[in-house]
Amino acid sequence: MPPSGSLQARFLEGDRRALARLITEVENGTEAGRAALRALYRRAGRARTIGITGPPGAGKSTLTNQFAKALRARGQTVGIIAVDPSSPYTQGAILGDRVRMQELSSDPEIFMRSLASRGALGGLSAATLDVIAVLDAFGKDTILIETVGAGQDEVEIAGAAQTTVLVNTPGSGDDIQAMKAGIMEIADVLAVNKADLPGADLLVSQLRALLSLLPDRAWTPPIVKLIATEEVGIDDLVTACDDHWEFLASSGRLREQREERARHQILTLARSQLLAGLMDDEGGGGRLDHLTRAVADGELDPHTAAREWIDQEALA
Amino acid sequence: MADRKIRVLVAKPGLDGHDRGAKVVARALRDAGMEVIYTGIRQTPHMIGEAALQEDVDVVGLSILSGAHLELFPAVIEACRDRGVAPENTLFFCGGIIPEDDIPALSDLGFRAVFGPGASTNDIVEFVREHVKAPA
Repeated sequence: MPPSGSLQARFLEGDRRALARLITEVENGTEAGRAALRALYRRAGRARTIGITGPPGAGKSTLTNQFAKALRARGQTVGIIAVDPSSPYTQGAILGDRVRMQELSSDPEIFMRSLASRGALGGLSAATLDVIAVLDAFGKDTILIETVGAGQDEVEIAGAAQTTVLVNTPGSGDDIQAMKAGIMEIADVLAVNKADLPGADLLVSQLRALLSLLPDRAWTPPIVKLIATEEVGIDDLVTACDDHWEFLASSGRLREQREERARHQILTLARSQLLAGLMDDEGGGGRLDHLTRAVADGELDPHTAAREWIDQEALA
Repeated sequence: MADRKIRVLVAKPGLDGHDRGAKVVARALRDAGMEVIYTGIRQTPHMIGEAALQEDVDVVGLSILSGAHLELFPAVIEACRDRGVAPENTLFFCGGIIPEDDIPALSDLGFRAVFGPGASTNDIVEFVREHVKAPA
């Protein structure tokens, strides 16, 4: 047992301030954060995780807000992670998802945390999986993960959550947009939000036509029409996610997903640690600067330069 | 890998809807590389306390133009304090239409600075950078 009064002890007692602080430590990759993850990881793995993704302005935050309320009405405790983009220039961020989730603050069984993407490009932040594990270990029954406004290629959520809801809205492009590879392929549930706008039925039929072209899969994503601001269709969405969960559990996909997630996370962490190791070895050596100039001058191609950098560092 | 970011909550308690100032300050802090949790207008003290707790912020900035600061700010500080977020461990500042006579009372509450009309965003950024508490 962790010493009484310590951050971990308070976390295990259900202290929300300790939860908030641990998320910060984990997000910042501190030694305290890593130690806590080591100690708490066995407690994780019980929560259901549902990702909410889609283009900016599709209504992800509003939908997440309603989703959380619906889960609470079913007696579940809820964690919410909402990711917004960091500036590529200043690394600063405006995290604005709470604006659409005001009413949730009166319920202590809902814990909502905003994360900045901090340079990650897949629609989440590098620490998102770790933050999910912390909320999971805290005992949240369901964790909703709202991505950065996602376009076509921000598909990391599919690897992070058990169920991925893709939120579309009418009037956002022709059906060729939907045929492109990427984000359309990762949806387990297709939500058509703002379904009171013109074009909603057209979008539904386009999505249906698209699904009919997919090779036969064990799971066909249901299409759910919603008006999130008016709480219309939320129950259907929860039911669709429940159905997907049943499918995951009964088909053995749940275990497969867990292994895929574990492998991906190990590889990602190994990659970043190897690179960090190379940068540390580099120190003030200037080999990287030298190779940089050679590539910029056209004397060397980047593939050869990278190879040389790794080999030299390995020799050093 | 360890990457300490300053996290700031920018909130508007009370019923006035004039959020331009809060947005300008939020944007300036963002441009200074900070992570700003922006919660929007018409926040109750309870909402601000919950946001400060859940987001584990280093700094809380309040904007108010309604004149109700001496009624609302003590309630906001209390709601934060109830949740372990207090001027002893978190930097509080505020801004808006606040008469100079009221500043001592706000200082007593724990606000380290009061920025009125015409305050420069650079000054606000510098103030936050200088006074933010070192991580515990």
